[in-house]
Amino acid sequence: MTFEEIRSRAIAEWEDLERSTKPRILVGAGTCGLAAGAEAVLAAIETELAQRNIEAIITQVGCIGLCYIEPLVDIIKPRHPRISYGNVTPEIIPRLVEDYLVNGNPCPDLALGTIGDGRIEGIPSLFELPVLKPQVRIVLHRCGFIDPENINHYIANGGYSGLVRALGMKPEEIIEEVKKSGLRGRGGAGFPTGQKWDFCRRASGTEKYIICNADEGDPGAFMNRSLLEGDPHSVLEGMLIAAYAIGASEGYIYCRAEYPLALKRLAIAMGQMEEYGLLGDNILGSDFSLHLKIKEGAGAFVCGEETALMASIEGKRGMPRSRPPFPAQSGLWGKPTNINNVESWANVAAILQRGAEWYAQYGTEGCKGTKTFALVGKVERTGLIEVPLGIALREVIYDIGGGIVGGNSFKAVQTGGPSGGCLSSDFLDSPVDYESLTKAGSIMGSGGMIVLDENTCVVDIARYFLSFTQKESCGKCVPCRVGTRQMLGILERITKGEGKPEDIEQLQRLAETVKNGSLCALGGTAPNPVLTTLRYFRGEYESHINEKRCPAGVCQELIAYYILPEKCQGCQICLRNCPVDAIRGGKRMIHIVDQDKCVKCGTCLDVCPPRFSAVVKVSGEEVTVPEQPVPVESIKQE
Amino acid sequence: MDTITLTINDQEVKAERGRTVLETALEAGIYIPTLCYHPSLPPYGSCRLCIVEIEGMRGLPTACTTPATDGMKVQTNTPQIQQLRRNILELVLTEHPHACFTCDRRERCGPLDICLRNVAVTERCVTCPKNGRCELQKVVDYVGIRELTLPYTYKDLPIERDSPFFDRDYNLCILCGRCVRVCQEIRGAGAITFTYRGSQALVGTAFGLPLQEVGCQFCGACVDVCPTGALIERATKWAGLPEHIVTTTCPYCGVGCQLDLEIRKGEITNATPSPEGVNRGQACVKGRFGIAEFVHHPERLTSPLVRRNGEFVEVTWMQALDLVATNLAKYRGEQFGFVASAKCTNEDNYIMQKFCRAVMGTNNIDHCARLCHAPTVAGLVTSFGSGAMTNSIHEIGDAACILSIGSNTTSSHPVIGVEVTRAVRQGAKLIVANPREIDLCRFADLWLQHRPGSDVALLMGMMRVIIDEGLLDQSFVEQRCDNFDAFRDSLKKFDLDFVERVSSVPQGLIVEAARIYATHKPATILYAMGITQHTHGTDNVMATANLAMLTGNVGKPSTGVNPLRGQNNVQGACDMGALPNVYPGYQAVANSDIKQKFESAWDCSLSATPGLTLTEIFEAAHQGQIKAICLIGENPMLSDPDSKHIQESLEKLEFLVVQDIFLSETARLADVVLPAATFAERDGTFTNTERLVQRVRKAIEPIGDSKPDWWIICQIAKRLEAKGFDFEHPSQIMGEIAPLTPSYGGISYERLEKEGLQWPCPTPEHPGTKFLHAETFTRGKGRFSPLEYRPPAELPDEEYPLVLTTERSLYHFHTGTMTRKVKGLNAIRAVELVDINPADAAELGIADGEMVRVVSRRGEVTARARVTEILSPGVVCMSFHFAESPTNVLTNPALDPISKIPELKVCAVRVEKLNDHWIQGLDV
Repeated sequence: MTFEEIRSRAIAEWEDLERSTKPRILVGAGTCGLAAGAEAVLAAIETELAQRNIEAIITQVGCIGLCYIEPLVDIIKPRHPRISYGNVTPEIIPRLVEDYLVNGNPCPDLALGTIGDGRIEGIPSLFELPVLKPQVRIVLHRCGFIDPENINHYIANGGYSGLVRALGMKPEEIIEEVKKSGLRGRGGAGFPTGQKWDFCRRASGTEKYIICNADEGDPGAFMNRSLLEGDPHSVLEGMLIAAYAIGASEGYIYCRAEYPLALKRLAIAMGQMEEYGLLGDNILGSDFSLHLKIKEGAGAFVCGEETALMASIEGKRGMPRSRPPFPAQSGLWGKPTNINNVESWANVAAILQRGAEWYAQYGTEGCKGTKTFALVGKVERTGLIEVPLGIALREVIYDIGGGIVGGNSFKAVQTGGPSGGCLSSDFLDSPVDYESLTKAGSIMGSGGMIVLDENTCVVDIARYFLSFTQKESCGKCVPCRVGTRQMLGILERITKGEGKPEDIEQLQRLAETVKNGSLCALGGTAPNPVLTTLRYFRGEYESHINEKRCPAGVCQELIAYYILPEKCQGCQICLRNCPVDAIRGGKRMIHIVDQDKCVKCGTCLDVCPPRFSAVVKVSGEEVTVPEQPVPVESIKQE
Repeated sequence: MDTITLTINDQEVKAERGRTVLETALEAGIYIPTLCYHPSLPPYGSCRLCIVEIEGMRGLPTACTTPATDGMKVQTNTPQIQQLRRNILELVLTEHPHACFTCDRRERCGPLDICLRNVAVTERCVTCPKNGRCELQKVVDYVGIRELTLPYTYKDLPIERDSPFFDRDYNLCILCGRCVRVCQEIRGAGAITFTYRGSQALVGTAFGLPLQEVGCQFCGACVDVCPTGALIERATKWAGLPEHIVTTTCPYCGVGCQLDLEIRKGEITNATPSPEGVNRGQACVKGRFGIAEFVHHPERLTSPLVRRNGEFVEVTWMQALDLVATNLAKYRGEQFGFVASAKCTNEDNYIMQKFCRAVMGTNNIDHCARLCHAPTVAGLVTSFGSGAMTNSIHEIGDAACILSIGSNTTSSHPVIGVEVTRAVRQGAKLIVANPREIDLCRFADLWLQHRPGSDVALLMGMMRVIIDEGLLDQSFVEQRCDNFDAFRDSLKKFDLDFVERVSSVPQGLIVEAARIYATHKPATILYAMGITQHTHGTDNVMATANLAMLTGNVGKPSTGVNPLRGQNNVQGACDMGALPNVYPGYQAVANSDIKQKFESAWDCSLSATPGLTLTEIFEAAHQGQIKAICLIGENPMLSDPDSKHIQESLEKLEFLVVQDIFLSETARLADVVLPAATFAERDGTFTNTERLVQRVRKAIEPIGDSKPDWWIICQIAKRLEAKGFDFEHPSQIMGEIAPLTPSYGGISYERLEKEGLQWPCPTPEHPGTKFLHAETFTRGKGRFSPLEYRPPAELPDEEYPLVLTTERSLYHFHTGTMTRKVKGLNAIRAVELVDINPADAAELGIADGEMVRVVSRRGEVTARARVTEILSPGVVCMSFHFAESPTNVLTNPALDPISKIPELKVCAVRVEKLNDHWIQGLDV
C-alpha cells in the first residue's frame, strides 16, 4: 500500500465518522481524566445509552488540558456543534442523555463551550474562553480530538505527511528546515535542534541512534505524559524524520514505568506503524529503516539527564558522565546518538508537516514556536497549556490561569521544575523564553510552572524542592551529593527556627559551590530555588532567622494558635474537635490552647464559627491569654 | 607522534594528541589535585577537584575529562578555582574523619604516638591505617584546609570483614568510585557497585551479600586504587609504611606480572602490582595476597635433610653436598635423570641442564613443560618453526576477534583475562570454546561447548566453513604457506554433520564461529591445557596453526597463535634447554655442529643421543634403568598422571635428591632434601609466556639456611670436579647463556635493569621482538598440516560412564605447594570439588556439597560434589591442587605419540555416592 492509499483510506474513515448519523461522545481519558473519575463516567454513559437503546460512538480521547474541570465529556450530535461539558459525574449523565440526546436541550448550565463551527445559544465558544484564547496549539492540537489508539485518525489529520515530505528531501535539507524553524530543545536547555542533528549527522560511524526522552520526572509536570497519551504518533513521526535526517536506524523511547497508559499507547502506535510500513525495514518502500524499542525507566529523576538516560538504557546505573564526548559523537553504546524530548519530537513533526516558515511565525526572535506548561499551584485554572514563547507571565497566570485562588495575592512563580527558580511579582511582565528565565535565575526546564500565593513560605518551598533534588541526586559528584545535603540541613534548621545569622552567607556559598562545581545539570540547577528566593525574598529568610517568625505562617515550629479571650464565647466547638486535647475550657468559659500540647494542625481555627473568629494563627508574636479558663463574662468582650 | 602545544598557567606545554588536560599537566610537572582520577581508569569527573579555567569554555571544566587541544589556554590555580576547590573539598571532609588533617597537634605527633587526647576515635588521626599514604591527606595539604565550617557526619557503618584479605571500612570512603570502576571496567567482575543514591549513596555489593557470593575474585584491584583507608589489606593494616620496595616478577603463572614487594624489618609485608610492566597495575589474588605468607611460612625448609633409618635428619650443607656428590658420582650416564623446574629462574635451569649434560653425561633432562606445552613446541615448530607465543599480551586487547579455546583464561591467567575483557570493551568479538561454561563466557559473543577431546574436529569444521564460503586469505595462503592442498584434502572428512556428532556443537554455531573469526581481523587465538593435554595434543596445536594461517592471522600485531604458558618460567626452562633433545635456544643435541659448539664452550664431551622425556624418565625408573634422579621444584606425586605409578617409580630409585622450598609430597620420598631459596630471596630472570625475559630481584635474605638452586648445583658440580661452575652471581650465568643462545644473544642484566626484553633478541642493540613471523615464518613458509580426528584414548563405557576433565582454580596454583600455605586462599577454596551436572547428580542421588568417590581404572579419590550446570551431562571436572584428593591418581597416562604429553584432560570415571555418614559430616 502506498502512503497515498493509506491516507485516502484514513481520510475516508475520518469523514465517515464526522458524517456519522449516530451521536458521538468523546471522553477525556488521559491519566488526568481517569484520576478525576472518567472511568465511572464512561461506565455511566454506556449504561445509560444501553438502557435507552441509543446507539452512539464513544471515543476515549487524550487530554485537552483543562485539568481543573476534569472529567470532560464532549457530545457531538449529528449536524450540531460539539459541546464540552466539564466536571462531569456519573450522576449527571442521565440528565445529559435525556435532555440533550433525547430532547435536544444542550444544558447550557452544564456546558463549558462549543467547539467548531456553529453556535448554540447560551454556550460560549470553548476556544474563545480566557483559558484557551491566548493559547496556540501546535503540539497539542490533536489531543482531545483524535482517538490516540487509531493511527487513521492521526493520518487523516495531517499525520505522517511530514515524514513523507522529509523522505522526498535530502537529509541536509531537512536539517536546514529544522534550523530555519528556529526550534530549540524543549527538554529545557534550549539547544538549537537543527544544529544538534547536524552534529550527529556529521559524526563518523554508520551505526547511529535516536532517543526520545520521555523520562518526565519533575513533580507537578505532566506535559510529556499528556502528549504521549493524547497523540503518540506525532512524537513517533518526529523521531522518524530525525532518524532519516541523521542516518540512524535504531532508536529508543525512554519512558518512565509510572506512565503505564503512555507506554500502552506508544506500543499500540508502534504496532500500527509496523502494519502500515511506517516502522521497521524500508519505511514506505524507501531505503530508510528504523527500529524502535521502548525502554521503561524505573523512576529516577536523574535519568532525564541524557547521559544518565543512556547509561540506564545500557543497563548501567543511571549516572551522568562528563561531556565531551557529546552524545552526538559517542552516545548510546558509544555510537553517535541524538536525543530529544517528547515535545521537541512533536514539534519536528509539525514543522515538517506545515513548514518552517509557518512555525517560525510563533514566538520571539530567538525563541520560536510554542511551549507547553503544566500550570499548577495556587491558580484558579490549573492544567496543561500551550502558549507561544515570549508570552508574559502575567498573561499565563491571570488570563489563562484565572488568577490566584480565593482572590489571594500572588507571591511567586516557580518555573522549570524542582530546580527552577522562584520569580517574584517583579517578573510578572517578563516574557517566558529561555534567556529571560535564565537571566532571572530560573530555567525553562521541561515546562513545570507552579504558582505560589501569599500563604506559601518561600523558605519552606526552597526546602521542599531541595529535599527532592537532594534525594534524586545520583550521588556521583561531591558538590551535588554532599552540598545539597548540607544546604538542606541549613534550610531545615531555618524553618524550625534554629537558623543562625551566618546561615544565609553559608547557604549562598554552598549554593554557588553546588551550582558551579557539579557535574551535570541536576546539580548545576538544584540550588536555583534557594538562590532565587534568597535573591527575591531575602527578608523572609531574615524573619525566620532573626525574629523566629514565618511571615506566611507555614513553618510549623514558628507558628502558634491562640484563642483571643475577648472573642471567645466558650462554645466548646474547638475543644471538642482538638485531636490532641490541647484546649482547656468549659461551657461559657474562655478557652485556652496549651502551647506545649498543640500540634499546630489548625483544626481550632477551621472550626471556630466565623461569627466569633476567636482563633488566630500567629508567628513570631505572643498573645496574652489568661492562665486558666475563666468565665466569658469576666473578660470584656468586643 | 601527533603533538599539540597548549599553554598551562602561562607555561607552554607539548603533549600527545588524545590526552586529557590533566594528563598533559601532570606530564609537564604541573600538579592538579584529584581524588577520583586514577591513571589505569577512564576519566570519571566525580570529585570535581581538578576543575580548571579554559579560555573560551563555559564554567569550570574538569581537567580529567577534557581533552587537551592545540592552542588551548588553561589556568589551574586562579583564586576562583582555589576557592571552589576548598569549598568542594570541605564537603568531602564533612563525611570523612579528618582530625588527621586538621588536628593542631599534627606536626607535634611522632610516628609512633597514638594520640587520643584531642580527638575522638571516629574522627581519627594517626589511628587511620592509611596515615602517611592517604591521597586525601595529600590533597587537603595542597588545597589547604585547617578547619571545617560545616557540620561533620560520621556514617557509623560497621566494618565489612567478609574478605579474607582486606577490610572495607566505608566510614572512610569518599565515593570516588575508583574501586567500583576498576572492578567493573577493568576486571569485568562487577562485584561491587554504588548502592542507594544521593546523600545515601554508598559502595557495596548487590543486596549487601558477602563478596564471595557476588563474583568477587579478590584480585585486590579495589584496594590498590583506593585513595583513603576505606579498603586496606588486613594483614598489614597497622604495619605502617614499608622501609623499602623491591620490584620483581611474580612466581605464580606465566603472565609475568611485576610486583612491588614491600619490605619491613627484613620481611615481605605486602605485594602490590607494579603500575609499569606487562600487568599494567593489575594482579590476581595469588600474586596480590599469596606471596608473603608462603615465603615466610614456618614449614619452609631451612636446612638440608638426609634420610637416616627412614627418618629425615638435619645436616650441614657440607655434609649434604658431599653426600649428594658421592652418590651421584656412581650414576653418571644413562642411569641418571634430571627433573628441572619451570618455577626456577633461567639461570637455575641453564645450570641444571649444563650439569646434567656436561657433568652427568646424559641428555635425560626434562621438566613439567612435558605435561603442559610439549605439544605446543612440537606442533608450532612443525607449523611455524617456533614453539612460543607468536604475539604479545598487550596485543590481545587490540584484537578484533579472540578465539579462546581450551583456556579458562580468567582463572589460569587472570591478568591476560583482563586483556581479553579490554578487547571486548573495545568491541572485539569473543568466541569461547570450552566444555565448561567458564567465566569468560559472560563476555563472549559465542560459546561453543564442545566435548572434551573434540578440538580437532571443531577447528577443522570451522576451517571447512571458511574455505567453503571463500573467507580464507588466499594470498597469504599462496605466498606465505605450503602444503595447503594436502591439508584441504584432509578437510573432506570434516563435513558439519560429522563435526556436530563428534563435538556436540550445533552446526549453526560452528558456521557462525567460522564467519566471525574469518571476518574480524586482526584475530588472535589463545589456548592452554585444554588443547595440549591430549593424546592428540600436537594435532590440536597444529589445527589452531592451520586456522590462523588460513585466514592470514599470523605475523601481524594482535593476531597469531598464543599458547598461554602455565608456570612462571616454563617458557624460560624450555628456552634454557631443560629438555632432552635440545640445548639452550632449541639447538638440537643430535646436530653435531651444535654439540661441538657446546663441547668447546663447556670444555667437555657431550652425548649426541637425545635423552628421555619426563614421562619416560619415570617409566625408566620404574623399570630400573634409571637409578638416580635430581628433582628440583616439582611435585610429580600430585601433578603427573597415574600418581600411584609415579610413587612406585620414585620408590624404586637408588638415589633421589629433591630441592624445594617445602617438604612436598615428592620430597618426602627423597634420600636428600636440599632447601631452596624462593624467588624473593634471590636474583635471576624469568621468561614469561610472551617470551619476555624479566628480572627477578632479591628482596630479602634467604630464609634459614636455604640457598638459590643454581648455587646448590654448582656446589655439587664442583665436588664432582667439574669446570665452569664458578659463578658468584646469576648475571654471570646470563653472561654465559647469551653468546650460546642466539635468541638471547642481546640479553644482559644491564639491559634488563631498565625493562624486560622479548626474544628473539639476538644482539645488544636489538629491541626485542613483539610478534613472530612478520616477514617470513621462522621455518620459511608456514606449513599446513593435514589432520584427522582421533578420539581420546579412554572413552566412557558401562563401567566408567563419565568423562573426567581437569581444570585449575583461580585460588590455587599447581599442586598447592605455595597457595595451600596461604590461609586466605584456603578460606576461599578449601577442598577439591567434583563439578557434576544436575542430571548426572540426580541419577546418582548426589546432592550439592556431598562427599563422593571418583573411580577410574587407575585409582580412586574422594572429594566434594558441586552440582552445577556449567558442564554438560556426562562430563565431570576436578582440579589437582589438593593432596587430600589427588586427582591425578585417576588420570590417564596415555601419551601423545609426538610430544609424549599424557592425556590429563580426558579419562573415563564413575562417581559413587559415599554412604559413610561420618565423612559427609566432616568439614574439611
